[in-house]
Amino acid sequence: MSLWRQLSRGLRALTNRRATDAELSDEILDYLDRAADANVARGMTRRAAYRAARVELGNPTVTREHVRNAGWENTIETLIADVRYGLRRLRSNPGFTAVAAITLALGIGATTVIFSAINPILFKALPYPHADRVLMVSDAANNGTPLPVTFGTYREILQRSHSFGALAPFKPWQPTLEGGAEPERLTGQAVGAEYFRALGVLPVRGRDFTADDDRFGEPKVVIVSDALWRRRLGGDPAIVGRTVTLDDDPYVVIGVMPPSFENVPDANAEIWMPLQYKPVFTPDSREWGHHLRLVGRVRSGVDLAAARADLGAIARTPRADMPRVPWASLQAGLIVTSLQADVAREVRPALLAVFAAVLVLLIIACVNVTNLLLARGAQRRGEFALRAALGAGRTRLLRQLVTESVMLSLFGGALGVLVAVIGLRAFVAMSPVGLPRLASMHVDMTALVFALVVTSVIGLAVGVLPALHASREDLQAGLQETSRRSASEHHATRRALVVVEVALSLVLLASAGLLLRSLERVFAVNVGFDASHLATMQVQLTGHRYGDDASKARFFDDALAAVRRIPGVTAAAFTQQLPLSGDLDVYGVHLERTADPKDDGAALRYAVTPDYFAAMRIPLLRGRFLDRHDVAGAPLAVVINESFARAEFGKDDPIGQRLQAGPRDRWYTVVGVVGDVKQQIDALDNRYAVYVTPSQWHWVDNLVSLVVRTQGDPGTLASSVRGAIWSVDKNQPVVRVATMSGLVARATAGRRFALVLFEVFGLAALVLAAVGIYGVLSGSVTERIREIGVRAAMGAAPRDILALILRQGLKLTLAGVALGLAGAAAATRGLDTMLFGITRLDPATYVGVIVLLFGVSVVACWIPAWRAARIDPSITLRSE
Amino acid sequence: MIEDANRTTLVDEPNTDVIQGTLDLLILKTLSLQPMHGFGIARRVEDISRGVFKVNPGSLLVALQRLERQGWLDAEWRQTENSRRAKFYALTRAGRKQLDVETADWRRRANAVARLLSAEG
Repeated sequence: MSLWRQLSRGLRALTNRRATDAELSDEILDYLDRAADANVARGMTRRAAYRAARVELGNPTVTREHVRNAGWENTIETLIADVRYGLRRLRSNPGFTAVAAITLALGIGATTVIFSAINPILFKALPYPHADRVLMVSDAANNGTPLPVTFGTYREILQRSHSFGALAPFKPWQPTLEGGAEPERLTGQAVGAEYFRALGVLPVRGRDFTADDDRFGEPKVVIVSDALWRRRLGGDPAIVGRTVTLDDDPYVVIGVMPPSFENVPDANAEIWMPLQYKPVFTPDSREWGHHLRLVGRVRSGVDLAAARADLGAIARTPRADMPRVPWASLQAGLIVTSLQADVAREVRPALLAVFAAVLVLLIIACVNVTNLLLARGAQRRGEFALRAALGAGRTRLLRQLVTESVMLSLFGGALGVLVAVIGLRAFVAMSPVGLPRLASMHVDMTALVFALVVTSVIGLAVGVLPALHASREDLQAGLQETSRRSASEHHATRRALVVVEVALSLVLLASAGLLLRSLERVFAVNVGFDASHLATMQVQLTGHRYGDDASKARFFDDALAAVRRIPGVTAAAFTQQLPLSGDLDVYGVHLERTADPKDDGAALRYAVTPDYFAAMRIPLLRGRFLDRHDVAGAPLAVVINESFARAEFGKDDPIGQRLQAGPRDRWYTVVGVVGDVKQQIDALDNRYAVYVTPSQWHWVDNLVSLVVRTQGDPGTLASSVRGAIWSVDKNQPVVRVATMSGLVARATAGRRFALVLFEVFGLAALVLAAVGIYGVLSGSVTERIREIGVRAAMGAAPRDILALILRQGLKLTLAGVALGLAGAAAATRGLDTMLFGITRLDPATYVGVIVLLFGVSVVACWIPAWRAARIDPSITLRSE
Repeated sequence: MIEDANRTTLVDEPNTDVIQGTLDLLILKTLSLQPMHGFGIARRVEDISRGVFKVNPGSLLVALQRLERQGWLDAEWRQTENSRRAKFYALTRAGRKQLDVETADWRRRANAVARLLSAEG
């Protein structure tokens, strides 16, 4: 009741000030009249009675103010007045307002974008219950890098470990969905039955996989994502139990995942089938190949460290009843990481570097705002002294300034939100392939609020300084604007801030420069083949027609023949692994001449049709290429690359030597040596490579890439090439259509992305630093105007004064550069993993950045210096 | 809100701003006899206290506004003699309760002070 009265009366006073004021005045006047009447009744004259009443009451206006101020609404009225006044101040100085607001917006926006992007990848828990208990288990190569596990290893862990509540291997599966307008190749996964239980999310319709579903030979079933169910299956509510045709086979849909389900191990997967591996297998079968990833959920009540120890113990102690193969002996132990760390492993260093960069930018933004506010405070000292002299209390002045600072922050913050929203969209759109969790990147409120608070608190702290000064200082001094000492103190602070700003900009620019030079080096890499005029696409053989190797081989022959008939095609070949495409197919190799049965190394395996070398223009160094006589039944031939030959055979002639690759059941004879080809563009050294024909490899691959060398633009031939393949079999999906130069661009997309971010931050930092230098110098010129006038009067030429001011500015830059060099030398350590072909102390980069900084600061200094040089002594001295 | 705080502190710490608390009590008591305008209240307080309390008009008006917003008083413009108008204040139910509370409180404190003084003597 009383709260309601408080509110309603206050609101009435606010919205209808005039009426409430009038009422109050009436009441006061009535009081006065009655008091006077009483005095008259006591025998005073009318005039004396009235005067006495007034003396008793005091000034009616003051009384009215007094009563008025007692209500809460008065606070709001003052606030409104402050806001109005603040708006007027901000509008009257649009340059300051714009620079400060844009600085804030950049700082807030950029920080928010980057934090919003990396938070789901690195920090925020994955969208699973008890996500920290979801672990990835990998085999370890001898050098400690993680390798996919074999099915055999999985089975042993499954039987021996008691730490996991659910444990599931998985691998990519790309079935072709038939029915509907055209066949569509889906991205999916073949998984162990406990896959969804390991993640902790179950189908929302139908049921999860059971152990029975995962048995070899059981009927084929699938679980689909909500998106696939809506897109291809019509969102049919009775979908469970329906049959879909994948790769010519019927699969029963047994479940649909919830729409919120995010499949972190493979964000693109939208259909899942059980692995259904054979329970009994021989060492040369695929079950002992390193091709599975393994995810597990640690049983509740089991400590994570205990689970790791458990796996370590299993790796160290082989059991006789569970024999291992030499390449999966687990001698180097098992690598256990959280699922989150696993998906972020490759991008983590780059993301942390970008995050550090944006924090530096935020600091620069804060420094800049501080500087701007200090400068403005100095300009407004006179104003505050005047207001204090007119009777404004210290709190009143503080309140005014705080209001202004908050308004500026809010303005900058609003712009910052805009920058964040647009920036994050751009970030996601530009982000390179392989950045996980794109779907969960939203503008992060925590980050936004954090950046807003940091900048506003600084704005507040700095903003109130002039008011404190005004109330502390001698008003007289403030009014006369002659308190030099504190002005020079101010200036020292501002100069120090500019030096810091320049130093931080140098760190960012140097980082951007190093990345730029690395990218140049990557582009200059000799990929080992001629990437121009090459069209590529991926063909997948699916269905029962290709159940045996002979029919696959026939398809390849027919398709190649059809492609070669296209006018403009000069050569065409198939390879199961395409350079620069992201494919990575590596097998252990073992040389006959080494006695040790262990693998001698790991080699990229290329199963290629003989024309591959001609189509790619890979040079022959020794012996011969593969040719059409290297078919099934003929002596097994292998071509190796130069790095392999040099490292394993040295000066010996490798031709005629024998080696095993992949399963150890056959010996290949080396028939030729070819030049190295980069499988990954930024691999530091060349890996071993073996080339065999598809029919001489252990199996014929279903998924192959076609490379076509063309006379003209390779892009224009894509549709006729696809048509040629479909003329052989129109049911085979053709995907990943690209030109080789397009693949080169994609292979460098990650680097380019990081580079763009650093360039943006570096540029922003450069601009802010320039604004800082300009602001300090221009303030200093204003303050030294008298001194400069005297100099001019004494005969200093304009160019002397120009030089004087320029020198002052460049001194700041020099100090900043010196500090920045030290900082950059330390900070670029974080970039090490992203550099290519240069060291982080690359002199050319630093020279370039220093030249750039000095150039920009000369420009920033020039305007105030020029203004100073044009000062007319007769005017400045007369204005005294 | 400030009034509430004051009221509670009066109970706990008797030596805080007594004037304000007393003014509220005096206004409430005066209005419990009959509705009255501001000047009438001032006059009545002076008369009954035989001039011990002299009410400052500014403070009185502030207090009236506050008590009205607390919901202890109702205010209304009424015709008075000579076709003049005045703002009359009247005690509400809540105001009457508040008067009881404050009266009891005052007695308690006054007794305590009296006991203290006599003990000293």
